[in-house]
Amino acid sequence: MALGRSSSPHAHGPRSTQWVMQQVLLATVPGLIVLTSYFGIGTLLNIIIASVTALACEAAVLKLRNRPIGFYLRDYSALVTAVLLGLALPPLAPWWLTITGTAFAIIIAKHLYGGMGYNPFNPAMIGYVVLLISFPLQMSVWVAPTGLMVDGIGAVAPSFLSSLQIVLTGSGIDGFTAATPLDAFKHNSGLLVEHFYQQTPQFSQGRWAGLGWEWVNIAFLLGGIYLLARKVFTWHAPIGMLLGLSVMALFNYDGGSSTSDGSIIFHLLSGATMFGAFFIVTDPVTSATSNRGRFIYGALIGVILFVIRSWGNYPDALAFAVLLMNFAAPFIDYYTPPRTYGHGKSGTIIHRSKED
Amino acid sequence: MSKIWDIHGGIHPAENKQQSLGGPIQAVPLPPSVILPLSQHIGAPAAPLVKVGDKVLKGQMIAAAKGFVSAPVHAPSSGIVTAIEELTVPHASGMQAPCIVIATDGDDSWIAHSGTTLYREKSAEELIALIREAGITGLGGAGFPSAVKLQPRQTINTLIINATECEPYITADDQLMRQRADDILVGIDILAHILGDPERVLIGIEDNKPEAQKALATALQNRQVTENASAIEVVEFPTKYPSGGEKQLIQILTGEEVPSGQLPADLGIVCQNIGTTHAIYRAICHGEPLISRVTTVTGKACDKPGNFEVLIGTPVEHLLTEAEFNNALCPNLVMGGPMMGFTLASTSVPIIKSTNCLLATSAEENPAPPPAQACIRCGHCAEVCPANLLPQQLYWHAQSKNYERLEAHHLGDCIECGACSYVCPSSIPLVQYYRAAKGEIRLMAEEKRQSDRARERFEHHQTRIEREEKEKAAKREARKLAAEAAKTKREAEAKAAEENPEGSAQKAIDGGDTKATGDHDIVQAALARVAANKASPQDQRKRFERAIETTAARLAKAEQVLEALNTGEDAGQSSEKLAQIEQQRATIEQARLRHEEAKNKLAALNTDQSAAEPADGKAQAETATTNTDDPGLDRAATAIARAQKNAAEQATLSPQQKLQKQRDALQNRLNKAQARLAQAESEGSEQIEAFSNAVATLVAKLAAAELKLADADPDKTPKQNPISISEENR
Repeated sequence: MALGRSSSPHAHGPRSTQWVMQQVLLATVPGLIVLTSYFGIGTLLNIIIASVTALACEAAVLKLRNRPIGFYLRDYSALVTAVLLGLALPPLAPWWLTITGTAFAIIIAKHLYGGMGYNPFNPAMIGYVVLLISFPLQMSVWVAPTGLMVDGIGAVAPSFLSSLQIVLTGSGIDGFTAATPLDAFKHNSGLLVEHFYQQTPQFSQGRWAGLGWEWVNIAFLLGGIYLLARKVFTWHAPIGMLLGLSVMALFNYDGGSSTSDGSIIFHLLSGATMFGAFFIVTDPVTSATSNRGRFIYGALIGVILFVIRSWGNYPDALAFAVLLMNFAAPFIDYYTPPRTYGHGKSGTIIHRSKED
Repeated sequence: MSKIWDIHGGIHPAENKQQSLGGPIQAVPLPPSVILPLSQHIGAPAAPLVKVGDKVLKGQMIAAAKGFVSAPVHAPSSGIVTAIEELTVPHASGMQAPCIVIATDGDDSWIAHSGTTLYREKSAEELIALIREAGITGLGGAGFPSAVKLQPRQTINTLIINATECEPYITADDQLMRQRADDILVGIDILAHILGDPERVLIGIEDNKPEAQKALATALQNRQVTENASAIEVVEFPTKYPSGGEKQLIQILTGEEVPSGQLPADLGIVCQNIGTTHAIYRAICHGEPLISRVTTVTGKACDKPGNFEVLIGTPVEHLLTEAEFNNALCPNLVMGGPMMGFTLASTSVPIIKSTNCLLATSAEENPAPPPAQACIRCGHCAEVCPANLLPQQLYWHAQSKNYERLEAHHLGDCIECGACSYVCPSSIPLVQYYRAAKGEIRLMAEEKRQSDRARERFEHHQTRIEREEKEKAAKREARKLAAEAAKTKREAEAKAAEENPEGSAQKAIDGGDTKATGDHDIVQAALARVAANKASPQDQRKRFERAIETTAARLAKAEQVLEALNTGEDAGQSSEKLAQIEQQRATIEQARLRHEEAKNKLAALNTDQSAAEPADGKAQAETATTNTDDPGLDRAATAIARAQKNAAEQATLSPQQKLQKQRDALQNRLNKAQARLAQAESEGSEQIEAFSNAVATLVAKLAAAELKLADADPDKTPKQNPISISEENR
């Protein structure tokens, strides 16, 4: 009688990496819907182009590395990178922009560092930063949200055909653009926040933090709450980031003077805040290890995000903040191990090594 | 209701306990033979008390505990010992270990035994001795000898009875509590009595065993509470794996953590499994050693899962037959639970004291895990770790064999519960990595310990040698100083003598101050040597005798080795082996020479002693100077005589004669050296070069001496110091 041998445990939980990735993809759907309803088909086109590029690049690199292609493609990790990058890129970005960013993310940022689980930097954010630095013009053009009234003319998202044309030829987008709230706020000169809000259509027509964008952020927040509820990740990193950002905003709001850096609600519901908090900062591979470490990691991203938004050259800065903290994650790990059962203090890994 | 605490982490795997709870504990027919491993517990294996062919009775001790942490083994039924041999034992490695095999005779006749319910009148020591004699070990899985746990040096204020049974599928303790709650309570009371009635006696039980709880509550109500019986409290807590780990249970019930590297007793806590309390009850109140236990047999590959009262030593296949096990359905058979059990390579292994479950799951029930993927550091493992470790960091460092970091991450505190592996979405066998790394670390620690010891020994050796060297140097220095002091003294005396005309006349005959002093020195040294040799003839004899013994032993050993080499299995005479044989022969030759030398020395000593016994050193030396033909002269005396004769001769010889003599001596030495060289050449010895050098030197010296002799031939008086020549001759 043949009996197999295996090491304990002999039972396995229902979760798999595929399941985790699928949940992340699923949670982006509300954000994608809101983005599409306000900014047109552009984001969807981004995602499609990015996904095809990502899967092709992944398959090619796996073949070069002599890895089973089907097995690794089915973990959906490349697809997640592609979708996140597609969501982050401006709608109606030219096709080559998306392809360049995605290819860089998959080939350089992911596989050159050892592939899934070994990349020290968030691949989607690497792709984003490479594009932002290389093609600043294309990366800073955003479509005006549908319904935005500027000088009595209501903005309308480009139709499917014109969208396709813009994406494929890269021309003709000018008629559809407008400054994002973050951009507009950055260029506020000498007006009290209250007056500025009244005079700027993005804000005067919005409810809390700018037309369209506030809803995009709320949609990503919903997706994030879903992931939290499914226990795909813990609250530490995202809440840490939102807290870090809020605290910085709180201390720099100054009641809304002409030099104010914006209110908490403005920062929380602008730009990539919620998308970053629940879909980028929560990337486990590139973040700190322990819960305490993840909280600190998230909080510092929130702080850096605020610093660059308010005092730096870029209107939004999620990618930079995340990449900077990716650098710091191993460092945080050394100082934030949890207290082991039966041990007095948690200490640090370095001190523990010296003690032993 | 006592307060309960929560533990970090934990998981909720499917419980699957209903399958085996269908009916009461079933008896198992007597197996035709039983296999009893000598090591069913943590600690030293037991030592067999029986031999093959012995008839044994049920309950008879067949192997005795060896050492403090050990447990005896008893015959589970009457029969005949058919073998004591290495057999496959239930172990994760599938290893073999010594076992006693008994062919049962079917009578199942008991050895005389008796127990008492008046255990409260006995002392703790007596009861512990009984528990030890009964071979009781922890029945929960680890198998630690219970008696050892009951003798803590610390005062115990809490006795915790582990009725958690947190592993899925297993229901042995549950069923035992349902059916034998009264006995269990007696067992607990015995434990409480042994431990000096701790303030609190708690039974920790998960909330998925309401029937067992009810049974315990009823038994507690109906208990005939004597005045002394301790108050027992049943504490219920939410089901979560691994609440049943000893450290985890202590945390749940007391909120305290067992400090790393310490024992629960250090917190004043003793923890015992509920099954163990039942075995203790049987041992004390009925005088029955641990020869049977309740084991769950379950899984979809068994048609009739359930709990069985099974004799220790029953082959697994015998028990599986009772549960109608279908091997075709079962990809792997696990002993223990699904989380911490181990797979069995064969069904011929026996049930042992710690076997709480046989788990025969079907392929659909427990599909093989998918291939492992890369760790995405999701951190679920850290979420569920009951020891609050960082499993993914441990995995990372285990892969890179960074043992220092592993220890910094407290790998040693991992209890191998398997919760991390269970939740890992990439299905990485984390626990396996930790086990391997722990093994490596243990091995390295052992190696370090050994090398430390070797280094210590070497250092001691070095210090000793240094000390001896220093002592020798100090002695030399002292001798030198003494000699110098003596010299100055003599010179002063000589000066005084010179002033004294009588003395100078006497010295004139000797031919000068220096020479006389030199001669005197030689005589003095020889006298000193004689004195030293005479000082302890007894010691010397002993030393020689010892030397003879040692050399004889060495010779015998060397010959044995040579014998072994010659008659080795490997008939092929490899060059390596030939070299070995050659070397061995050389060793033997050397040993033989040493042996003979020692023998000769002893013989010489014996003759010397018999001859020179009565004479004291000085008298003898006087004899030597006056009568050179004395037959009782020993070697030293001869040397003295020779030296004095030389001195006398040289004093009388003319310078020319001296040179002639000198030349002759050199010629003599040259002849000898040449003979040695010739021998060395014929033997092809390595020392040819040394010998030829010696010959060359001697030839040169001889030439110089001849030249001098030629010079001296005319009437010139050579100004040679004869002492230097005599020194060369020595």
